[in-house]
Amino acid sequence: MEDLVIVRPEGMYCPPGDFYIDPWRPVDCAVITHGHGDHARVGMREYHTTSQGLPILQWRLGDQVYHPHEYGESFTLGDTQVSLHPAGHVLGSAQVRIAHAGRVWVMSGDYKRNPDPTCAPFEVVPCDTFITEATFGLPIYRWPPMDEVARDIAAWRDECAAQGETAILYCYGLGKSQRLLAELAACMQGPVFVHGAMATGVEVYRAAGIHMIETVKVSDTPKGADFAGQLVLAPPSAAGSTWVRRFRGAQHGFASGWMRVRGNRRRRNYDRGFVVSDHADWPDLLRTVRETGATRVIATHGNTDALVRTLNEAGISAGTFATHFGEDD
Amino acid sequence: MRRFTALYQRLDRLTATNDKRRALVDYIRGCPPEDLAWALLLLSGGKVGGARRKLATTGELREWVSEVSGNPAWLVEESYHQVGDLAETLTLLLPPATMRAPDQGLHAWITGVLYPIANAAAEVRRAVIVDAWDGLDDAERLVFNKLLTGSMRIGVSQGLLQQALAEVSGLEVAVIAQRMLGNWDPTAEFATRLLSTEPQIGDASTPYPFQLASPLEAAAPSLGDVNDWHLEWKWDGIRLQLIHREQEVALWSRGEERLDGRFPEIEAMAALLPACVLDGELLAWDADDAQPRPFAALQTRIQRKKPGLKVLAETPVVMVVYDLLELDGNDLREEPLQARRAKLHALVTGLDHPALRLSPQVVVESWESAAALREQSRERGVEGLMVKRATSAYVGGRKRGDWWKWKIDPMTIDAVLVYAQAGHGRRSNLYTDYTFAVWDGDALVPVAKAYSGLTDAEILKLDKWIRSHTKERFGPVRSVTPELVFELGFEGVNISKRHKSGIATRFPRILRWRTDKKAADADLLATLASLAN
Repeated sequence: MEDLVIVRPEGMYCPPGDFYIDPWRPVDCAVITHGHGDHARVGMREYHTTSQGLPILQWRLGDQVYHPHEYGESFTLGDTQVSLHPAGHVLGSAQVRIAHAGRVWVMSGDYKRNPDPTCAPFEVVPCDTFITEATFGLPIYRWPPMDEVARDIAAWRDECAAQGETAILYCYGLGKSQRLLAELAACMQGPVFVHGAMATGVEVYRAAGIHMIETVKVSDTPKGADFAGQLVLAPPSAAGSTWVRRFRGAQHGFASGWMRVRGNRRRRNYDRGFVVSDHADWPDLLRTVRETGATRVIATHGNTDALVRTLNEAGISAGTFATHFGEDD
Repeated sequence: MRRFTALYQRLDRLTATNDKRRALVDYIRGCPPEDLAWALLLLSGGKVGGARRKLATTGELREWVSEVSGNPAWLVEESYHQVGDLAETLTLLLPPATMRAPDQGLHAWITGVLYPIANAAAEVRRAVIVDAWDGLDDAERLVFNKLLTGSMRIGVSQGLLQQALAEVSGLEVAVIAQRMLGNWDPTAEFATRLLSTEPQIGDASTPYPFQLASPLEAAAPSLGDVNDWHLEWKWDGIRLQLIHREQEVALWSRGEERLDGRFPEIEAMAALLPACVLDGELLAWDADDAQPRPFAALQTRIQRKKPGLKVLAETPVVMVVYDLLELDGNDLREEPLQARRAKLHALVTGLDHPALRLSPQVVVESWESAAALREQSRERGVEGLMVKRATSAYVGGRKRGDWWKWKIDPMTIDAVLVYAQAGHGRRSNLYTDYTFAVWDGDALVPVAKAYSGLTDAEILKLDKWIRSHTKERFGPVRSVTPELVFELGFEGVNISKRHKSGIATRFPRILRWRTDKKAADADLLATLASLAN
């Protein structure tokens, strides 16, 4: 029997449904799991996405032909029935469920199982074949509780304040920054200052009704403003840029799952690393595979080798897809 | 151990030297001396375990963490390759602690928990270590695992540590440095004596801190009048401090390691000297030869703790001296170099011993003639010239301005990148360790490994290239398509039976990325072999 999803030069393709999932080259029909740049690209004739994710795609991709769907709503593409289910990765992120001739395949997109106040929690979707990400596919990756990390960040700002320094926390602009702002609302006083490139995303989330700590755009502050004792959120690309120079006397931190390993932090010369990830950690990758009941697993990106071998040794047939998805977190 | 763990964490986060010194000062102040002694040992690169006091081999630690965490051995290994540090890998793999054991000081941990199980049966050691893991949080576990796996490697130089100790005690850094040289036991008494403002009876064999030279990068004439400078050849041997005090002889290498027993002919010569401290270079030098043998000849001698007669006859060594730090109990280090040299000259001439030679002054009229002489370095079997200010005092450490090393330019070849391996620590999960090859007929033969010489931007670019041009993986090593050419510099080439290529390169490093060259343009093995001395 033919596979329900295969890899073509354009991206992951479903032959009986004649559509692509998160394609990297222009195609007619694309189902988009979420708004990150390596999954949502311009150039597709039609975009299927979640209603919650629509404002993000409109922000990132502009005017396109969009078909928004509610989570769980079934729609027909070719000979298949398709539905989108919460992936818990960022606002509007989805897993793609494909049903055809009595078989069910699920493509996870990027996902996590840890609670996140900015998006719907991951839903276990039973399937025969589960296509999973494996960004953090090694047992060294295990996430600490988020509220602990949020308190560490608040304490770090206080430490910086005591030394008259600014705390600059780098994190990805879509998803991670909003999640941090939502978590920080519970454990510290605002405002938190944000880089201009992040502000739009924060607005999109606020418009979606997500509660976050008060924010102020750095560019809205008067020239020569003093940021000592303040927490500033900026995208990683701002590190070392002229933009950062305005914060005289600053400590630099990075919020990412990669910060679990000291070498990653030290190599990038961050003073502090905070372990916050929007991807599943190792125990959750294994748990999720188990809970879907899948007898076959295909890993798309990340440390796929270790996950594939572990699953095969556990009697679950596993392999990989070579995709163009990145490993940012 | 919580106090020391907090220090470790602080040092690990800080990059500025001043901040690190402040962290050390905070730790040293009020630290119980028995814990301070151990902290100093660990921060100086000392180890708790070792060959004679086995706590856990790296293999055992891998096995135990595999059992405790339920991850198979291969997955522990994969994890280690990603992390690049065994102590940290263990920490990240261990399941969360089920309890929090009461805090114990560093001294109590080491002498009360670890030493009693040293060399015990594996089950005994396993039980104690696994139990300890379960009572520590992640930060403490990392420090504990570092105790088990070896040195701390935390980016604290001896100098910085000594500065912090000096600040706390109010003593001169030099006094601290002298008291910390050599072998000391990490006892409360040692820590107390180290910080004591009372004069301490120094062990008679305690050496002075070596004075180090900085590379001369500017044009030599920028140093001013050539007559203000004392020039000598830069010898390619082992830096040595010879101490003869109170009828005892001690030989110290620059790594602050005693070399006693390895060089009996030097010790025999030293016993004939008056009480003195000499600074110089140990070289393999045949009596009839005009120049010393290459550095590689010394290898056989360094390895032998008690060399036999055959080894002694095959590779005779001499000490070429260039400074006199102490004579008849008088510290001469504050005297100008010229005055010290005059006394040294008298001493060497007076003894007239074949194992003691004076490093001759290289007399020149001008910087131009010095440069011309420097060009002859390779033929003379030396590394270049040393340029020392004639009036300078002898100062421990690398104080810029008085001592310069003016080395000859390195030999260079163009070689092809063939293998890459991820680095450690800061460079873990980046491919930064490279193997290079040259042509032997149609085959590329590896001839050098190099770790440094590229900019951070180039390292990132090359890392990406390596990932997308991998041919095969051998554990942590990847072979890559042989396309990229690099110019390598090195200090020398030796014939070697241990290397497949038949040669060994010394101090290879990357000079630049030759993006203008193709693999076919790389050098030939024969060319490299012809440079061998």
